[in-house]
Amino acid sequence: METIKLTIDNTPVETEKGTTIYQAAKKVGINIPALCYMNLEHLGIKNCPGACRICVVDVAGRRNLAPSCSTACMEGMVVKTNTPRVLNARKTVMELILSDHPKDCLICPANGQCELQALAATLGVREIHAVENAAVSTYRKDASPSLKRDMDKCIMCRRCETMCNDVQTVGALSAINRGFMAVVSPAFEQDLINSPCTFCGQCVAVCPTGALTEVDDTPKVIRALADPTKTVVVQTAPAVRAALGEEFGLKPGTRVTGKMAAALRRLGFDKVFDTDFAADLTIMEEGTELLTRLSKFLGGDKSVRLPIMTSCCPAWVNFFETYYPEMLDVPSTAKSPQQMFGAIAKTYFADKMKVNRKDLVVVSVMPCLAKKYECQRNEFKVDGNPDVDYAISTRELAHLIKMANIDFNSLPDEDFDQPLGESTGAAVIFGTTGGVIEAAVRTAYEIFTGKKLDKIDFTELRGLEGIRTASIDFNGTMINIGIAHQLGNARKLLDGIRSGMYNFHAIEIMACPGGCIGGAGQPYHHGHSEIISARHNAIYKEDEEKTIRKSHENPYIIKLYEEFLGKPMSEMSHHLLHTHYFDKHKV
Amino acid sequence: MVQVKMHLLVCGGTGCRASESKRLVDELNAQLQANGLADEVKVVITGCFGFCEKGPIVKVIPDNTFYTKVKPEDAEEIVKEHVLKGRKVTRLLYEDPETKTHVSDSKHMEFYQKQVRIALRNCGFIDPENIEEYIVRDGYAALGKVLAMTPAEAIDIVKKSGLRGRGGAGFPTGLKWEIASKNKADQKYVVCNADEGDPGAFMDRSILEGDPNSIVEAMAICGYCIGATKGLIYIRAEYPLAIKRLQVAIGQAREFGLLGNNMLGSDFNFDIELRYGAGAFVCGEETALIHSMEGKRGEPTIKPPFPAEAGFLGKPSNVNNVETFANIPAIFLKGWEWFSSIGTEKSKGTKVFALAGKINNVGLIEVPMGTTLREVIFEIGGGIKGGKKFKAVQTGGPSGGCLTEAHLDTPIDYDNLIAAGSMMGSGGMIVMDEDDCMVSVAKFYLDFIVGESCGKCAPCRIGNKRMHETLEKICQGKGTMEDLDYLDNLSKVIKDTALCGLGQTSPNPVLSTMQYFRDEYLAHVIDKKCPAGRCKALKSYVINADKCMGCTLCAKNCPVSAITGDKKVPHVIDQAKCIKCGTCYEKCKFGAIEIR
Repeated sequence: METIKLTIDNTPVETEKGTTIYQAAKKVGINIPALCYMNLEHLGIKNCPGACRICVVDVAGRRNLAPSCSTACMEGMVVKTNTPRVLNARKTVMELILSDHPKDCLICPANGQCELQALAATLGVREIHAVENAAVSTYRKDASPSLKRDMDKCIMCRRCETMCNDVQTVGALSAINRGFMAVVSPAFEQDLINSPCTFCGQCVAVCPTGALTEVDDTPKVIRALADPTKTVVVQTAPAVRAALGEEFGLKPGTRVTGKMAAALRRLGFDKVFDTDFAADLTIMEEGTELLTRLSKFLGGDKSVRLPIMTSCCPAWVNFFETYYPEMLDVPSTAKSPQQMFGAIAKTYFADKMKVNRKDLVVVSVMPCLAKKYECQRNEFKVDGNPDVDYAISTRELAHLIKMANIDFNSLPDEDFDQPLGESTGAAVIFGTTGGVIEAAVRTAYEIFTGKKLDKIDFTELRGLEGIRTASIDFNGTMINIGIAHQLGNARKLLDGIRSGMYNFHAIEIMACPGGCIGGAGQPYHHGHSEIISARHNAIYKEDEEKTIRKSHENPYIIKLYEEFLGKPMSEMSHHLLHTHYFDKHKV
Repeated sequence: MVQVKMHLLVCGGTGCRASESKRLVDELNAQLQANGLADEVKVVITGCFGFCEKGPIVKVIPDNTFYTKVKPEDAEEIVKEHVLKGRKVTRLLYEDPETKTHVSDSKHMEFYQKQVRIALRNCGFIDPENIEEYIVRDGYAALGKVLAMTPAEAIDIVKKSGLRGRGGAGFPTGLKWEIASKNKADQKYVVCNADEGDPGAFMDRSILEGDPNSIVEAMAICGYCIGATKGLIYIRAEYPLAIKRLQVAIGQAREFGLLGNNMLGSDFNFDIELRYGAGAFVCGEETALIHSMEGKRGEPTIKPPFPAEAGFLGKPSNVNNVETFANIPAIFLKGWEWFSSIGTEKSKGTKVFALAGKINNVGLIEVPMGTTLREVIFEIGGGIKGGKKFKAVQTGGPSGGCLTEAHLDTPIDYDNLIAAGSMMGSGGMIVMDEDDCMVSVAKFYLDFIVGESCGKCAPCRIGNKRMHETLEKICQGKGTMEDLDYLDNLSKVIKDTALCGLGQTSPNPVLSTMQYFRDEYLAHVIDKKCPAGRCKALKSYVINADKCMGCTLCAKNCPVSAITGDKKVPHVIDQAKCIKCGTCYEKCKFGAIEIR
């Protein structure tokens, strides 16, 4: 390894060649302030346009100041990060940014979470030079079912563009206009709903200000909870329990399943259920579908299209509907766990409770913003009544808990309610990349081979690499599996299949980095990708501690089939638990 | 076969075409036809002669008669008098402003005497749409010479010549080629930057219109030197004539085997394609230019990586400006020693400037580096229009600064201009006189920058907007001393922090005017006066009752009925209604209206 010696603020630093000044400074405890820069090292995602010019430093011998985020260290460099010239430049640039930014921090959705706000405080901006009638750039606002855009608050950090274009290859957002009016927008300033947006929300996950935020559905939930004529039930996705604690100051990776159930009960939900139950149900349906297709394929049926692809992720569904419309018959027809839950809750459970579906409100707590879009899809409604009424994010749940004066950290651990609250370890791991396919393999293996698994953990399917492949021995039949998270990796995988580079039987795809744990509804990571890793580990820990770890062994699932559905892929299952896809390609 | 005895060279540059030179050519041809001279006398449409002030130009070869401001109606007289009878049409000759005598040959005109034409060597001499005329003037001979050398030898000649980039920054061309040549890749590109965008500048357009083959040849030479087989010319779509002539030149070069495979019998392959710019000034910045060619948003990215390492489509690319390329064939033909003997110690060769503003001889000139501003403005440029007093000269376009009387004897080169707070830029030179308000001039350039900033980096996107607003405030008479400090700080911070060359140099017009014309800023801020009388908000029209005859003419013409008064009684202007259009001032026959 070639190293370079330099000094930063009179401190000698030795660093690897290619390191930036920003990184080298960090090594010796100098945190240079930065705004547009974002480096999610654990996920290999980087945004470094050198656009905000906040991280500038003084390099001896250089005419102007250098952006430390994108200037490589050179041998013998003498860097100063806090001279009056540097401090004045930073403060002046910050003052400029604030001069074209709304001053409604107190009522901004990003209040308290805003990186711009924090940085303005750090840099000590106390006034903005007032030019009479100084122009402020304003733009049309836009709200989709999932995301809201208030681009008056855009500071052109371009992080959202990096996520949308480089990471997700969705291409819904890009910079438009020149100079002062430059802003990030869908092409031709269309609304997001008319763009190729998949509502993955990764733009929201990285936006340093309140320019891109989720649609706030908490008022609707509060209203439903207060309505005495409604029975309100809630389901919580597996990834929520691995991240919710962060909103209450707990260490990333702290599991708060019991406290979450307790909090939901105190919020007034009539039943506190678990999406994990529906995840087990998904495995029953999707696993059976996989085995059916596989058996036909192995039996020589040429009409069967493989690989089967998971369909739990609503952003992924939107992605293939937009970009791979010719493959609409390839993904599993199984609905996502959120929607399976809703369908069962408003039939099986409503019947049991003797409640009219119109008086039953199903709320889901999701790490995801695309779920807000998914639950509004027409095919998931019966006579206009949706199976899932409202999908709120992990952040929105935290907000509800805080608003209700609940001291989350001192809550006791409580259990979910039955019958839709029991789940297995296989369901928990849905929350991270590789989990759905591992859960499916656990069940499919036992059904296909008729044997009990010796080892439940398929570690070869785990990890945070963007594209992973593995072959699992199903008693002599090798099953090839592909896994991708982030839509750009999904695209590579699909294109690899088309070109014949890959030959898979089954594929799992999750849109967000790390899977649902990195979802756009989760507490903000603010560029700290180690948080995603911690959640990843927490999910597997939760699985490990479960007594039952295979979906087909969930007693309440077995009961559900006995009492209501019959068997997987039955007519009733088809009616309630399966869906179809639409061609949404734009160009 | 009838031998052509006489050539009539008619300027076909954009400026002269706008003055009907195309119809003039048709008229000349018709007259020649009518007089049975069509076979003996040939009309040639050339590129720009440079003397745009006096266009359209017609030059008669072989006697070198130089006709100015020729109209289509003059064609008959030129043909009947000059061509048929050998009598020069005196009224169309250039009149020396000093001696008031007619000058027939351009070499006796002060406009041309101090010029040395290297980049413009063929402009106004050849038909740019005929490759044979270029070849007759040693065209493609330099390429032949280079193909007999090794690339390293050829690069060495460019390095020794001392040629620096004519696009503005002045990076040594030979060094740039060397870096590109050393980077290994399966594909490299030669890129010609023809995205000329400075207000008032038309050097590159004129070269491309007048001598497109020199660019094609130079790009091929560069391709051989750096190991590239593909050339791209990024040209503004607003230059249709230059585009057409480049297309013709490239097509003819292919026909002659001067582009394509195995050029001139060697194993070197090279071809050129055009890419059109949509008119963004920032796309003259090389990284932005490359992104634009790639179909991406035309905005700059941080260097390194430089284009020589990762340019077009991520491949090593060498980007040079049109004028830089135009010098290349001459260097190989006449030798680096010759080229480096022209100019100053660190700036070799010549520079083309577009003279504009309050100057008598508006046009395109090429002078050796080291020529003083005084020589350019007062000798070649013929001094200030209307005998007014020289105030400032703006060089380097929006990135440059305003220089004063004190700089007139500064020899023009890259380093002297930067030391004086301006820069060479691509060669725009705008002259201002006593009637120009320097605060307004700074505001004009800032207005341009605000319109052309890509918006990527915060200091340029917002800072320049705030500077422009502050200048506007000062011109409105609402400025304070704090505003001057604000401008000063903003200028320095933008220079220090902006991402690309456009942003880093954008405060130059403000900084240089604040430095050299501080008294004008103070007059606006403290006295609320515009010394040049340009800023509307700071002037008022008042009727001098002693001079006013009460003729009512001013009142009748006032568009907002701000003037009242009875016949034969002195009138009064209602200042609250007055929009300061100046109509009354122009209409008054008694000089009774005064500007205060």
